[in-house]
Formats: sequence, structure tokens, C-alpha cells
Amino acid sequence: MPEVRVRKKLTTVEEIFHEGGPIASTPLHRAAVLVVIQNPFAGRYVEDIAGFMDDLKPLGMEMASGLISALGGDARVVKGYGKGAIVGSAGELEHGALWHVPGGYGMRELLGGAKAIVSSSKKVGGPGARLDVPITHINASYVRSHLDAMEVGVTDAPRSDEIVLVLVMTTGPRVHARVGGLKASEMKGEDGLR
Amino acid sequence: MKAKIRKIATFVEETCTEMGRAVQPPTRRAAAVAVIENPCAGKYVEDLTELMDIGEELGELLTQRAVTALGIPANTVESYGKAAAVGENGELEHAAAILHPKLGTPVRKVLGKGAALIPSSKKRGGLGVVLDIPLGHKDAAFVRSHFDGMEVRMNDAPRANEIMIAIAVTDSGRPLPRVGGLTKDQIKGEDGLR
Repeated sequence: MPEVRVRKKLTTVEEIFHEGGPIASTPLHRAAVLVVIQNPFAGRYVEDIAGFMDDLKPLGMEMASGLISALGGDARVVKGYGKGAIVGSAGELEHGALWHVPGGYGMRELLGGAKAIVSSSKKVGGPGARLDVPITHINASYVRSHLDAMEVGVTDAPRSDEIVLVLVMTTGPRVHARVGGLKASEMKGEDGLR
Repeated sequence: MKAKIRKIATFVEETCTEMGRAVQPPTRRAAAVAVIENPCAGKYVEDLTELMDIGEELGELLTQRAVTALGIPANTVESYGKAAAVGENGELEHAAAILHPKLGTPVRKVLGKGAALIPSSKKRGGLGVVLDIPLGHKDAAFVRSHFDGMEVRMNDAPRANEIMIAIAVTDSGRPLPRVGGLTKDQIKGEDGLR
């Protein structure tokens, strides 16, 4: 399978103190890492693409590790995660789907075997396309306070023959979470759901 | 702090290749952006001292954040820039009050030097407005390889009564610069121009 050719990387960290309500005693951090790679399948239909998932695994690990560093270096502070991909115009949505396994693998591995499915979004788009990456609790998808999303994008990517790969991590609930539902303190964290 | 900060975001970009050619070493740049309450929103305020003082605070805070995100010694920063976007209930003059009178001194203090004017841009806009931060060499504005710009935006800012302030720093100029002009190894760095 083709090598992974990286053009550019973007790391974003948000520190949120409040959103019009009380100032959080511990600010919420949200971080995203975006990597722009060459799409080896752009411009034509390629039937056999699945092997590229293995090629992407080291990048998934590197991106997940970079996110943990951006959040201070201790994986235990990470409470939410998500992933996504933006495929340039000469590629297919299916090329973005190649990111599901390696993107999730890297984060789970470094977060000590996180249980919940890594929520995701993907699209085909041009340079500067924005992607809303959904976020859930790493061990129980139904924890309502941690359901969140982060908008990301790269001004000059993806070019037509590129893919933007995205991983996102957060350190806690929405800053003024107060709409009930399953609490992080109540979850079992066994089946990835509750 | 005088500034009432709702959130702070940092962005780090690393460009590894351009048109298939390796950028060696990769060019790296970082921006730190604060979203603050605009104390002068919704009314005409003659004396903008409060905003000028906020500019002084943010000059230090955002430069430190950006340099830390970039992960290099502050005195090795090569170029810089600043920008502000005022929400719809504020004036362009509010951005000017933050950016121009007092913000530059602490920026230069953090970086150790900075003979050149800090290039700037400002605008009024709604949520998700795009800020293009102009970039120029910090000691000699005519260094052509370092004329650049960095785009930042946040989907949830600025709200009507907010101001978004950005400071960007780099460890390099554009990737693969080749349009001539003054080069960084030719500068004197005394008058801020050459």
C-alpha cells in the first residue's frame, strides 16, 4: 500500500472559562489535531483501498499522542473524544472512512483502552471546509454532559488530491452542562454506552 | 486581570511539504486568541483607556501562550503579527484601542526584541468571522521571505458584546520562499526596517 505523505499539521487548543454563566473552577480544554495527507486514491476509482488503514495506524498514534501532549501530557485528564475527515474533491467519501479504524485505534490505545465508540463525522469538501467533529465521553457514550462538538478546518486544505484527518479530545463536560441525563459519576463504563 | 476572558485558543501549524517538495526544516507558526467581554459595547464611550490597559495585559498573556504553543525559546521567534475582531455591538476603534497604544511593549518584552512594527489587521464581524493576522519579520520589516499571514477563526466568537484578539509568532518565513528581496541574514535589525 502507498506511503502516508504529510503536507501539513495543525494543532488547536481551546481553554474555556465560561459561556455567560459562572466561571468554571477548572476550565474546559478542547484540543484538535489536523493532519493534511496526500490522498493516494484521488482521481480514479480504486476498488482495493482497505490496506491503507494499516498504513495510517502510526499516524493515528502520533496524532493521539500529540493531542495528549497539547492537553498537558497526562492521558488521565482526557474525558471526551471524537474523530473526522475531510476528503478533497478528487476523492470519495469512502476514502474518509479509512480513518475510522486507525484514528480510533491510536486514541483508545493511549487512553488505556477507552470503551465508547469514537463518534465521527466526515465529508467531501474544498480548501477551508469546516467540519463539526462530534464528541462523546470516552467510556460511556450516553453521558449527556460530555456530548459536545468542535468545529475545525484548515484554510488551504484539503486540496483536491488531499485528505484532512482529525482527532479531538476534551477534558470534561460542556462548561455549563445542566440538562440532566446520565452523569459521568453514575456510569459503569463496561459496555461503552452507560 | 482587567480583561474578562471567556476563552483562549491556540493554533499551531507545521508545513512539511509544498507542491510535493519537502520543506526542511518544516515551517512552524502559532497564534493565541482570547475572547473577552467588550466593556464599551452598546454605547459610545469617549475614553478608551480601559481597552488600552486590556491590550497591555493581553500583549503579555497571548505572546506567552503563542510562544509556549510553538515550543521554542522566545528569543528565537522570527516574525509576528496581531489582529482583533470586534463583535457587532462594538466599534472598530475598540480594536484599535486594544492593539495599538499598549499591546506592543509586553510583546517585545516577552520576545527579547522586536525592532519592527507589529503588522496588524482589524475588523468588525459576527460569530465565526475570519481574522487574517498579517506577519512580518520582528526586527526588519523588509525581510521579504517573512511577509505572510495566518488565518484564525472560532465558530462561537465574537458574540455581539465581545472582542477577539489574536497574536501570532513564527519560527520561520514562508515555506520555500524564492521571490528575492532582503533576506534575514542580511538585516541589521536596528531601525525595524532593514
